[in-house]
Amino acid sequence: MYRIIKKVILNNDVTMMEIHAPFVSRRCEPGQFIILRVDENGERIPLTITDYNREKETVTIIFQKVGLTTKKLGLKSENDYIQDFAGPLGNPAPINIKNKRVLGIGGGVGIAPLYPQIKKLKEAGCITDVILGGKTGEHIILKNNFSEISDNIYFATDDGSLGEKGFVTDILKKTELSYDLVIAIGPLIMMKSVTDITKKYNIKTNVSLNPIMIDGTGMCGGCRVTVGGKTKFACVDGPDFDGFEVDFKECMERQTVYDEKHICFMGAK
Amino acid sequence: MNDLRKKVQIKELISAERNKNFEEVVIGYSEEEAVSESQRCLNCKNPMCVKGCPVNVPIPDFIEKIKERKFNEAYKIIKTENFLPAVCGRVCPQEKQCEGNCIRNKTGDSVSIGKLERFVSDYYSVNEENTAEKNNKKIAVIGSGPAGITCAGELAVKGYEVTVFEALHIPGGVLSYGIPEFRLPKKIVENEIDKIKNLGVKIITNVIIGKSMTIDDLLYDGYDSVFIGSGAGLPRIMGIPGENLKEIYYANEFLTRVNLMKAYKKDSETPIKIGKTVTVIGGGNVAVDSARTAKRLGAEKVFIVYRREEIPAREEEIIHAREEGIEFILLTSPVKFIGENGFVKAVEMVKTKLLESEKSGKKDFCEIEGSNYLFETDTVIIAAGQTSNPIISSVTPGLKIYGNGKIFADSETNQTSIKKVYAGGDAVTGAATVISAMEAGKKAALAIDKYFKNEPETV
Ligand SMILES: Cc1cc2nc3c(=O)[nH]c(=O)nc-3n(C[C@H](O)[C@H](O)[C@H](O)COP(=O)(O)OP(=O)(O)OC[C@H]3O[C@@H](n4cnc5c(N)ncnc54)[C@H](O)[C@@H]3O)c2cc1C
Ligand SMILES: Cc1cc2nc3c(=O)[nH]c(=O)nc-3n(C[C@H](O)[C@H](O)[C@H](O)COP(=O)(O)OP(=O)(O)OC[C@H]3O[C@@H](n4cnc5c(N)ncnc54)[C@H](O)[C@@H]3O)c2cc1C
Ligand code: SF4
Ligand code: SF4
Ligand code: FES
Repeated sequence: MYRIIKKVILNNDVTMMEIHAPFVSRRCEPGQFIILRVDENGERIPLTITDYNREKETVTIIFQKVGLTTKKLGLKSENDYIQDFAGPLGNPAPINIKNKRVLGIGGGVGIAPLYPQIKKLKEAGCITDVILGGKTGEHIILKNNFSEISDNIYFATDDGSLGEKGFVTDILKKTELSYDLVIAIGPLIMMKSVTDITKKYNIKTNVSLNPIMIDGTGMCGGCRVTVGGKTKFACVDGPDFDGFEVDFKECMERQTVYDEKHICFMGAK
Repeated sequence: MNDLRKKVQIKELISAERNKNFEEVVIGYSEEEAVSESQRCLNCKNPMCVKGCPVNVPIPDFIEKIKERKFNEAYKIIKTENFLPAVCGRVCPQEKQCEGNCIRNKTGDSVSIGKLERFVSDYYSVNEENTAEKNNKKIAVIGSGPAGITCAGELAVKGYEVTVFEALHIPGGVLSYGIPEFRLPKKIVENEIDKIKNLGVKIITNVIIGKSMTIDDLLYDGYDSVFIGSGAGLPRIMGIPGENLKEIYYANEFLTRVNLMKAYKKDSETPIKIGKTVTVIGGGNVAVDSARTAKRLGAEKVFIVYRREEIPAREEEIIHAREEGIEFILLTSPVKFIGENGFVKAVEMVKTKLLESEKSGKKDFCEIEGSNYLFETDTVIIAAGQTSNPIISSVTPGLKIYGNGKIFADSETNQTSIKKVYAGGDAVTGAATVISAMEAGKKAALAIDKYFKNEPETV
């Protein structure tokens, strides 16, 4: 059992929790994720490690309430326990400090997994700009955290309540497009649109894929995606991939197996 | 008097009913039936059956005790060589092992050794205590499948302090996430694991060695030795077009959802979607289990498509599958999956034939040109084999691997290329059997014990 040390409600849909998980905090790195089960009969769901504290043996997760499991998790309070919390899983994000100028693009709750990567790059001395997008200003989480680690920060909202009215890609088009690396994390359609633009300028673009997963260890094959024409398992080969190589069409199709249920987790478009 | 050439028939659930539920198919012997079956054993002086058992269970000895109705004593005899008898009695391919070698097999039915083993294990309910004196050596075991559990148990009764690290939330390995409830009830697996815990073995779930901590971390943390029993958890990708269409599952995903995540229960929060016609590719136990599971989840038609002629799965399960209405399409292989709106709709099949040139003794097969045809289906389950998972080997410098990423281990001691690090089971051999994994776990435990017994005292 894993204790919830701290809980912060970021907005109506999104919650942050700090969990005591010594076996995860010991070795985790930005880009990795955990798989949790809220209770005895619950499903296993993957969530990105947004932050960690090795001394306190804790890791921080940020999740959007979309279905049964994330709703049940949202009902838990500080000092309650989570049944299972396994990780870290997946590969650390490929953080290469040779990339001097980096642009991070986060959409919806994808802003959360973007945070540890940008933080690490900033610490390594890179120039870091970010574009954050969401339904409304309310939906853009971690604004303060990002302002501490970004050189320039831009916002795009559906209703124009913060920053520009429109999509993150509208802002992207207006930047100088002179980055060494773009990291885009958000809904599949957002990541695809970003790569459609960056491809033209040949700016290396990493994306983070989030198919349905069960074990997260490469055992089941449920999380398979096609990258560079080859079948890859997002849990062990990813979750970060070269955006130019990803077969987004197939990813989008595969996400709708359980079409009755809402699974397009990243919320914002 | 009964005809001693025939075995005492085992009671089973009726096939037309059981293929709609997940209850255990084989009901098992009653005391009377077990005693009666035991009387068929000739108590051979040179028992061939024992030679057929990979762990050398003293078969005639335990069967003698059944004759005397001393069931608990019979159990203790089995337990001297086998840590998971309730499991082995149910899933060993007995027809190729103990029973296949039984002298009675020559003139009639072999003695039902597996069923008798199962009977005594189910009968026994005493909680064993571990009376071994502690020797202050700490051992880390990676993976809680049959290999890991056996290694842990063997070491615990020799006085070692053993901790098992398991990646999933439930221990048992394939016994928990792979083999279905109707063949191996999870309650039985739990009981066997509880017995191991009773010996003082600590099992920590949700820890992925290679990710949460490395083998170096374990040795640094004060474990004196490590055993790797991480299994063959990596599905083999067939690499044919259309493999990633929706409703094409690898067997591991399908079975894991059903077993581990209990998708078979009506109120499950983790359902699995299958169509009316289900086509399973492969011929091993995994394929047969997937097919029977699909049938139980409500599929109307279930086919097993296998490229060879002889299905390698356990004999009893092939019979059960046929009884339950599973159809076998042999000498056939898929070449392409065809989709509609992203969902699989049909499989393009090709006929195969076995090649006669059998120098190696192993029959090979080839595709018959022009024999392709379309086979309509709503769901496909791929059970075309598995290989070793690279999570551990990729972060353990010096750990020698061979073949498709299998971990190298010495055939005598099961030691890997790293001193004090041992390995066994499917991780070393590739997908094999429960009993061979247990044998490896046991051999490693003996080798570890020998190593520490001979180790010069260090300061
Ligand atoms: C690597 C990774 C990192 C992630 N990081 C984050 C994060 O940091 N924050 C965040 O909010 N979200 C994250 N997600 C997404 C998150 O895992 C999902 O939002 C979550 O699983 C939804 O669970 P739910 O039960 O609440 O929702 P639901 O959508 O109601 O249910 C999901 C469950 O229902 C079943 N199901 C639903 N759709 C499918 C399908 N297409 N195929 C098979 N089964 C299905 C499955 O059992 C599945 O687990 C991440 C996903 C991945 C893969
Ligand atoms: C569906 C199915 C049916 C089968 N039917 C039969 C049968 O009827 N008879 C028979 O004899 N055999 C059968 N087999 C084969 C048999 O189950 C296996 O050969 C046997 O379980 C192998 O045991 P193992 O201990 O080596 O590995 P496994 O049982 O695979 O256990 C390995 C364990 O290690 C864990 N693990 C893996 N990596 C890590 C890590 N990095 N850190 C921590 N833990 C880790 C896994 O989660 C797993 O729990 C079947 C297999 C399947 C899949
Ligand atoms: S362990 Fe398996 S092979 Fe050995 S006697 Fe028991 S059933 Fe037969
Ligand atoms: S070979 Fe058959 S008859 Fe002989 S001891 Fe073994 S089980 Fe009994
Ligand atoms: S989640 Fe099972 S293989 Fe990736």
